[in-house]
This record gives sequence, structure tokens and C-alpha cells, in this order.
Amino acid sequence: MPSAEPLSPQAPPAPATAPKPPEPPSRRRGRPASLSPYAFLVPFFTLFAAFGIFPLLYTAYVSLYRAELQTPGELEWRGLGNYTALFTDPFFWTALRNTFTIGVLSTVPQLLMALGLAHVLNYRLRARTFFRTALLLPYATSVAAASLIFAQLFGHDFGLINRLLDLVGIHPVDWQNGTAASQVAVSTIVVWRWTGYNALIYLAGMQTIPAELYEAAEVDGASRWRQFLHVTLPGLRPTIVFTSIVSTIGATQLFGEPLLFEGSVSGGISHQYQTLGLYLYEQGWGFFHLGRAAAIAWVMFLLIVVLVGANAWAARRRSRKEAGR
Amino acid sequence: MTANVSARRGGRLTYAVLICAVLVSAFPLYWTLVAASRSNAELARPLPALLPGPRLLDNLSSVLDEAAIGKALLNSLIVSGAITVGTVLCSTLAGFAFAKLRFRGRGALLGAVVASMMIPPQLGVIPLFMLIVELHWVNQLQAVILPGLVSAFGVFFMRQFLVQSLPDELIEAARVDGASHARIFWSIVVPIARPAMAVLGLLTFMTAWNDFFWPVVALSSQEPTVQVALRQLGGGYVHDQSVIMAGTLLGTLPVLLVFGLLGRQIVGGIMQGAVKG
Repeated sequence: MPSAEPLSPQAPPAPATAPKPPEPPSRRRGRPASLSPYAFLVPFFTLFAAFGIFPLLYTAYVSLYRAELQTPGELEWRGLGNYTALFTDPFFWTALRNTFTIGVLSTVPQLLMALGLAHVLNYRLRARTFFRTALLLPYATSVAAASLIFAQLFGHDFGLINRLLDLVGIHPVDWQNGTAASQVAVSTIVVWRWTGYNALIYLAGMQTIPAELYEAAEVDGASRWRQFLHVTLPGLRPTIVFTSIVSTIGATQLFGEPLLFEGSVSGGISHQYQTLGLYLYEQGWGFFHLGRAAAIAWVMFLLIVVLVGANAWAARRRSRKEAGR
Repeated sequence: MTANVSARRGGRLTYAVLICAVLVSAFPLYWTLVAASRSNAELARPLPALLPGPRLLDNLSSVLDEAAIGKALLNSLIVSGAITVGTVLCSTLAGFAFAKLRFRGRGALLGAVVASMMIPPQLGVIPLFMLIVELHWVNQLQAVILPGLVSAFGVFFMRQFLVQSLPDELIEAARVDGASHARIFWSIVVPIARPAMAVLGLLTFMTAWNDFFWPVVALSSQEPTVQVALRQLGGGYVHDQSVIMAGTLLGTLPVLLVFGLLGRQIVGGIMQGAVKG
């Protein structure tokens, strides 16, 4: 413990009294002898180092070795072998593509609908708390539960969604085996779970926009829509950047929804909705290649860094352009 | 200006949109109850029932036989409870230090905490798994509890709260009276931080209860949490949809109950976290 206690327990008793007189009272007041500031950080940072930082760094190390699930203690040097194996596996590219398309299909509608809902929630409403809480119900439902429920709703023969489509004269959709259909179905789970949550985040952002701005816009004769475009959206920009970064990170590591949609680690018969997260799990715990799985994790990490960087860069460019206008 | 005030009030269309959104949010959960209380044959009829039926208890008892849901509920309670208590404590300690104490490396350490919020813990699962194999923790609850205690968000959340709500003068006065840091923490910081600790506790409990990837890797059907049991249930060997839905209902009910009782606080916590984050 990096403590700054002036008296260590090992200190011999005799000289302990000797250096006491020069100790100035101001020092005593600034640093009570009981606990240094670092002591408050020790519990968190010990856990953080052991279960947060170490695994992340060690992932890069393991990705350079052959490591098998049956013998996780034995590492055999492979250099970049795991990475070349990855890049020559067509299923890796399928998973990368699927992660991207499912990411777009889930993030874009979710954030747009959340924005609209937040706008509506921002009116003066009766039963305000009821609406906010009810919209958060999906967020309280676990990934596993939501995926099982939607797997049922999207069932081919007896699922409620195909029944409803049938009622309006549309042929049943093969939500499991169609590439686009299955990706839409998996994205629907994500959209359902996160739209209300993001709406509340946007609402919180909207409430920090001063009412005078709207009043001024009103005086200038701006319509509701123009007020939304020219007052709400600019005021909300930091929040929008924040939610798109968080959603991008979530989309990059999507796992539970595609796993439980049909319960298989391959993400459908022809991997039509296997994401990178699921591919990692299949390599590690389906095929026992932990080294390969670590390489996938590291690729995902770099992907997130690039995507978040691009997001932040676009946001900064945008606001600089606004400032220059 | 009166026109402006009434304009900001929700009209009929506003309520219509919101009611639709609420229906979409709630229907899948309602449907779970319907499906869990019917037989598979009833669900397969050309016109499926839209109201709950009489078979809920039968389906619940089948799912308790087929999947270890009872044990899973208990395990989830232990895991989520331990993670909640530990996280709130660690976060309040570290959050207080970052908010009110001066020490070397404060900025850098806080920066590291904030930066780590961007990194999904899922990316560290392979070494973490090797670690718990080494420690013989596979299938043991501490394998899920200890990594679950690391919450950069919690530290940041408590710091933001204490920066605003804990007056410096109060700490100074206690120091002049000769109170130690530990005493300041327990008799001044904790009472003031209590509302934020409660909100953080709620959010942590929900996140821990719903956590999926790591428990699926670290535990198995011998020692499952609810989410691990649901993964087994959806894994293909139970074909009875109504039984699967009964299990889903059972696993979701506790967190929905917490949500029903304390939804207002959870909404408040999420919105606070958003403005400050």
C-alpha cells in the first residue's frame, strides 16, 4: 500500500520519539495519520488491474500463441499465425460483414426513433413518470430473455409476426434462414431493448437546452420543425455523439441476441447472422482455439478504436465547421 | 408568451405516439405471460389466444424440472447482491478520493478510469477464462462476482455526484477537529452520498442480473445464474415453447419487480448519468 504514514509499524520505538518534535502541525492537519488518499483507491484499482487491465493486455499476448481450451496453461508460439488463419477464413469476413450490417440496421433506427420519442417526451405531459418508466421496460429485460421472446415471436410457422403478416395477406417470411430477414429479426431485438433507454438519454440532454432559445426562435417565427432542427439538434450534439459511440461499441460486440435467436453458435445454417462476438465464442468454446479467439478479440478492439476515433473526428470536424460559419 | 406555454404542452397526437411506444415496449413481455400460461397446441392454433390461459403453474413446474431455474434464481440473487454491495463500496471510496482529495497522479488515474469505460470487458474474456481455470474457479460463483466488481462507470458516477454535493468546508471543518480520513468517509461522505449510492446500486443490480457473456463462459448448467439457465433453455433441447416462455417469465420477473417498485429512481439515475457523462 503506497501509504504516506509517518510512523511505520517497523520503526524502532526509541527513535520514534526523537523525530517527533520537528513535525509541523500543518503537516499533521493536511495528512491525518490514519489513511492516505491512495488507500481509498486500493480496492477499486486492485480489481481494475486484475480483472480489467491485465486481461485486456494479455489478450494481445495470447493471440500470438497456440492456446487450446483443453490445456489452457500450455502456450506454443505461433507469431501472427492466428491472424493469418483468421484472415483466410471466409467465415471471419462473413462475421465482419454481418456485424456491420446488423450494426447499421440496429443502431440507426434505434437512435432516430429515440430522438423522436425524446422530443415527444419533452412536452408537458400527464403521467410523465409512467411513460418514462414504461419505455424503459425493455432495458430492464435481459438480453437472454428478450432474445428468447423474439425468437418465439419470429417463429416461422407459429410465430405471431408471421401470423399477423398472413392476416394482411403477406406470405410468411423465413426469419431464420433468409440473410436479410434474419438480420432484420436480430436487429429488432436490439432496437426493442435500447430505444427507450436512448430516448431518456436524449430527453436528459434536451432538458439542459435553455427555454429562452426556443422563445427567441418562436419570436423569430420559426416553425416547430425548424426549432427542432436549429435549436434542439445543435444543443443535443454532444449527447448524440455520446449515444452513437456507445451504440457502436455495443453493436461491435453483439453476442447474446444472435446466439439465442436459434440457440446455435454458428449464427444460422450458413452463418447468415453470425457476428464477430459469436464467431469469437465459436472459435474459443466451440472449437477450443483460445489463441484464435484472442486474435478475434484484438481485431474487435482495434475496430472499436477506429470506429470511436472516426466518430469523434467527424463530430469535431462538424463543430469546427459550425464555428467557422 | 402564453401561446408558447400551451404549445409546449402535449396534444392528442403526442399521447397517441407515446401510447403506441408503450404498447410496443410492453407487448413482448405481456406475450411471454400469455405463452407461458398456454399449451403448445394452443399456441399453434390458426388464431392464437391473446389472453393468459390456465396452464401457468403446469408450465412453471415443468421448467423447474427441466432446467435448474430454482437454483439459478438463488445464484443470481447471490451474485447480483454481492456485486452490488462491492461495487457501490469500491466506487464510493474511489469516487470520494477523486472528488475531494488531492494526490499525485489524480488526473492520470481518473483519465484511465474514464478511458476504460470505452473498452468492452468482453474483449478480455480469454485471459480471464485462463485465469479462473488456473484458480480452479470454473463453475464457481466468485468467478462471476469478482470481475463484476470492476465498474469504471460507478467510480465516475460517484465522483460526479460528490464533486457537486459534498461541500469542501465540511471536510475542512472535520479535519480541523482532527478527524481521520476514515472517519470523514464514514460520518460525512457516506450520509451525503447515500442517494447516489442507492441509484448506483439499482443500476448495478440490474446490470449484474442481466449480464450474459461472461457468466455463460465461466459457469455451466451445474451452477447457473438465471441468464445461463435461459441460454440452456434456448439451446435447443427443450422444444416446448410454452415451457421456454415460462422459464423466461420466471427469470425476468424479479428484475421487473424491482423495476416496478423503483422505476422512478432508475429513470432518474439514467438521466442523471447522461447529463453528467
